[in-house]
Amino acid sequence: MTNLIPKQLRKNKQQRYKLLMVAMVVILLVSLTLAVMIGPVLIPPLRVWQIALSQVFPNVTGDWTQAQVQIVWLIRFPRVLLAFFVGAGLSVVGVIMQALVRNPLADPFILGISSGASVGAVLVILFGIFSFFGVYALSFGAFLGALLAFFVVFFLARRQGHLSSTRLILIGVAVSSLFEAVTSFLAIKAGSGEATRRVLFWLLGGLSGTTWTDLILPVLALFLGIGYLLLQTRSLNALLIGEETARTLGTDTDRFRKQLFFVTSLLTGVIVAVSGVIGFVGLMIPHSVRFLVGSDHRRVLPVSLLLGGIFLIWADVLARTIVAPEELPIGIITALFGAPFFIWLMQAKGGGK
Amino acid sequence: MKLEVKQLSWSIEGKQILHDINLQVLSGEFVGLIGPNGSGKSTLLRCMYRVLKPDSGLIILNGKNIWHLSAREMAQATAVVLQEASTDFDFTVAEMVLMGRNAHQGLFDRETEKDHSIVFDALVQVGMNDFAERSFISLSGGEKQRVLIARAIAQQARFLILDEPTNHLDIRYQLELLELVKGLGVTTIAALHDLNLAASYCDRIYVVNNGTIKAVGTPQDLLQPALIREVFGVGSTIETDPNNGKLHISFFLDGGIGSKRNSLAP
Repeated sequence: MTNLIPKQLRKNKQQRYKLLMVAMVVILLVSLTLAVMIGPVLIPPLRVWQIALSQVFPNVTGDWTQAQVQIVWLIRFPRVLLAFFVGAGLSVVGVIMQALVRNPLADPFILGISSGASVGAVLVILFGIFSFFGVYALSFGAFLGALLAFFVVFFLARRQGHLSSTRLILIGVAVSSLFEAVTSFLAIKAGSGEATRRVLFWLLGGLSGTTWTDLILPVLALFLGIGYLLLQTRSLNALLIGEETARTLGTDTDRFRKQLFFVTSLLTGVIVAVSGVIGFVGLMIPHSVRFLVGSDHRRVLPVSLLLGGIFLIWADVLARTIVAPEELPIGIITALFGAPFFIWLMQAKGGGK
Repeated sequence: MKLEVKQLSWSIEGKQILHDINLQVLSGEFVGLIGPNGSGKSTLLRCMYRVLKPDSGLIILNGKNIWHLSAREMAQATAVVLQEASTDFDFTVAEMVLMGRNAHQGLFDRETEKDHSIVFDALVQVGMNDFAERSFISLSGGEKQRVLIARAIAQQARFLILDEPTNHLDIRYQLELLELVKGLGVTTIAALHDLNLAASYCDRIYVVNNGTIKAVGTPQDLLQPALIREVFGVGSTIETDPNNGKLHISFFLDGGIGSKRNSLAP
């Protein structure tokens, strides 16, 4: 049995991956607990979970105050969970976009997809379009904006069926600046201080004031998106090698690409609608993950999801504690970590060639 | 496995690249495509592996129009080894070869022990089994090409398309690679730029020039100084190697440097 050795190697690799996943889930639970504990009022860790349990199972009771329930269950829990889902979603979108354009520098922020989504969202806020969608008008506007930006960037960067890395990044940056300018213009033109403040929120991102209802759409989109993507890992791997290769390996690339466009725009749209534009997560998380587990999407997707979520939970904790009682926009924190990482990436890997 | 190309034409932005191509690859044959750079060899192959859709004409694989097949059915029937493109993303050699199994797996299938043993056997065939867990981009050009052949083997297709598989390879690897492919006994069509290699390994050769088939035949019948001069613009001496009976072609410029090139210039 000459097959024995590679089998053993494969098993070891599988074992290492399982270990990593278990470690990440543990870190996630610890992070969740700590993030709910930390704030102007420090809540002990046990109390955090007691209160959470009491909300799910009404027969659990204890000696906590109603104020503590308010803080833990109505203010911090939804916010920390949303941070997780936003980070997870942005990382997954980053992974997919990088496969879609075969460029490690692609992410929804750099390619202007997030800014496209924010234009859509801002138009909804200021002019009330798509009001027939009710509370989901914002998400729908953001989704359309994201889809539009993605198409514009992708088709402008493509020439005779070839996607050049340099063109892609340059056009992405241009589109991103354009949409940001549109958002800022709309914000200033809106006149009233409140509208301007709400619009500026989209430019930097933030999770303050999150309620449980804010979670519904992102969680739903993420579960559907990740479920679909986990079925497509083989095609994603092939796509990473090249579009022609993917075709010769049996992927209907035209259809697959459309589906990916839809999924990434949907995820970006619903995420931007609840959190604003948060940069660099989709860039640095997939990269770090590939260093850990290689490029196989069967591993990259789940690990990115967890790592991205954990990263954003902590970014949000920093955002609300560094200058407490004031809050920093979370985009400032992610950029503070993300921008140096991006520069290092360009230096180390010779990206953008 | 038999492939027929019938009256195929393809153009881009009004510019005719391929014109009225007729070609056949019979079961078990190793067919070569030769011709100068820009003659349309790669374009013709890209039509065959269905990345380009011809303006007119048909490509028929085992009696079926390839455009009536699904992407999966096409990949089950045809494996393609492209010129190695640079990529920023790294896979292990085993992961790379495992992709050859994609076309055999359904949406909800996970790869089985059988898939893994097919991958391993393919790596053994190309002599790369010790490299299974190595990073693909760390390999040399020859090693990469062998891994891509292994992927094609794992794909278990009965028709193989190779686009300049020996480009950028050292001479030893060139010979090893073609020897390997020939040994598979799979119906093959390959674009080759080295006429001596084409002469040694092909059962039949099609000469492509300016987007049309200029000539076809066995290496012995086809490769004549007059044809080589007309298509490649060089003089040649053709001998038969007394040791192995293979053709040996050497080239020279007749009429001085630039004479033919000038006449070719637009």
